[in-house]
Amino acid sequence: MRDRTALLMLPAFAMLAVVFLTPLVWFFIQTLFADPSVLWDEIVTVVTSRAMSQAILTTNWVSALVTITVLVTGYPIAYYLANRGGPRFTLVLFCVVVPYFTSVIVRTYSWMVLLGRTGLINQALQGLGVIDAPLPLLYNKIGIVIGMTYVLLPYMVLTLFAAMKSIDGNLIRAARGMGASGLMIFWRIYLPLSLHGVISGALIVFILSIGFFITPALMGGPSDVMVAMLIERSVEITLDWPAAAVMSLFLLAVTLVLYAIYYRVTDLRRLMGT
Amino acid sequence: MNEASLPGHGKGALNLEGLTKLYGEERVVDAIDARIRPGEFFSLLGPSGSGKTTTLMMIAGFVTPDGGAIKVDGADFTHMPPQRRGLGMVFQNYAIFPHLNVFENVAFPLRARRVPEPELHQRVQEALELVRLDRFAKRFARQLSGGQQQRVAIARAIVFRPGIVLMDEPLGALDKNLRYEMQVEIKEIQQRLGMTVVYVTHDQEEAMNMSDRIAIMNHGRIEQLGPPTEIYERPINAFIGRFLGEANLIAGTLEQIAGEEASVRSDDGILLRGRFNRIATGGRKASLFVRPEKLSFGAAAGGNVVEGTVRRRSFLGNIIRTVVQAAPETHLTIDQPNLNEGTEPEVGATVTVNWSVAHSLILLD
Repeated sequence: MRDRTALLMLPAFAMLAVVFLTPLVWFFIQTLFADPSVLWDEIVTVVTSRAMSQAILTTNWVSALVTITVLVTGYPIAYYLANRGGPRFTLVLFCVVVPYFTSVIVRTYSWMVLLGRTGLINQALQGLGVIDAPLPLLYNKIGIVIGMTYVLLPYMVLTLFAAMKSIDGNLIRAARGMGASGLMIFWRIYLPLSLHGVISGALIVFILSIGFFITPALMGGPSDVMVAMLIERSVEITLDWPAAAVMSLFLLAVTLVLYAIYYRVTDLRRLMGT
Repeated sequence: MNEASLPGHGKGALNLEGLTKLYGEERVVDAIDARIRPGEFFSLLGPSGSGKTTTLMMIAGFVTPDGGAIKVDGADFTHMPPQRRGLGMVFQNYAIFPHLNVFENVAFPLRARRVPEPELHQRVQEALELVRLDRFAKRFARQLSGGQQQRVAIARAIVFRPGIVLMDEPLGALDKNLRYEMQVEIKEIQQRLGMTVVYVTHDQEEAMNMSDRIAIMNHGRIEQLGPPTEIYERPINAFIGRFLGEANLIAGTLEQIAGEEASVRSDDGILLRGRFNRIATGGRKASLFVRPEKLSFGAAAGGNVVEGTVRRRSFLGNIIRTVVQAAPETHLTIDQPNLNEGTEPEVGATVTVNWSVAHSLILLD
């Protein structure tokens, strides 16, 4: 029986193999392993290149910033969802999930309309007399962080929501009954018990961030080049496929390492019995 | 918050005055009154859905009453938030913090009260010694057995020396032998510390074993309130008689009332006598109530004597239970201690059963 149910996975595996694994492997073989002597040179060139080290720095910095802003915005939303029911719950969940089903490009352009020099936000602030000159909200890191935070928010909220939903309400009640203040309950009970969700959510957001392309490409400035953009540039513009392959391999390796950590965290959670 | 601002050293008198809770149209708790004395072990006993847990949750402050009042040592607790009530509480599933070890779990209420570190250590240590868990301070809940987790929950509920401790079916998840041990232990701790305990359970043996007084709840009301022996021996109605252990209830009609005694003629014609202290006239529907262990085989003068045929015999270990059919619709259950004498009648035998009038109670329907 087990063997037969495994057959159900066959179409999915076939699809993955044809459209993901084969091109990936073929790409790496064609560009790197055809001539092994090239490989090492290529790695050295890429890693020591100023563009690459700059991109790695930018990518990490932006991803870390995005992870923090997503966490800070997402935690209260998830808390609200986990502790409320009824129509308000549905409304908030709807607001979090619907953008998730909308194209990233559409959402990114919407932000550009809002954040530009003559965008809605700057016009409103100037109209109200809060600022004299438009704030630089677009084509820099602020723009990237705002755009990516918005796109990645649902991943964090849903991960945190799942973690918070699994917290036994009696624990919070017990703490209250023992005389703990709301602040003490949050720091000593609620936050530690939702911590695995924080770590999982942060890892998911970080993993997705380091490979992000569209939003930073559209909303960032000329100096804000992330690794994914560098890869695209090598493939499309400079036609340096071996360099693109090395960078892709690097990105893939980092992603897998982070994923392994993510996997450990979910495992830990089971160990904790929560 | 410092220790002085939190109650917890009170004498532990708890008054429920017309306490009511509605869920929609349903009166889950229906105007109950109880005066629980300081140092008393008080049980709320009843079937599921009788309102006993809701009552406890109102005392704890987790459920807001729709009517009536809760008073502790004279202070109005009705709408006080739970963190200011200073009551100890043991939850059904223990509610032990999974990310804190035993020591930190027990220390939690003291940390909430900003108890200084050396005193905190000493008091946690004392509480753990009291429940015999002092060697397990560094363990986490998942490394403890059910009984040990239960002890952590108790230590945590008593460590800040509350006047009143609430317990919500704390032994429900434990197996039978362990349950009995824990009953004894909880009772000992309660007596040693002199605290008031309000204990919710649906297990009548547990309630009888531990309680000074029991309130039997049904449909949101307290049906009877009194010491275990009184409720067991003198239930005020058939529901309580049946709920608190095995009972013979023979339905019939009230015939003659003479002082503290009356007679009932069963629906199939047997005349039986029993104690009766209510005011009623003959002809009313009534039942004769008698516990199975009060019955014995053989004839005796002055009591109720009934003849019948043995229909079933059950071996229950410490007792042997015999069911005798006395009339088409009248069955009597007789419990005898297992004395290994081999004198119990066989199934199908014709026997005489007798019991004293003093052990019989006539209950109006």
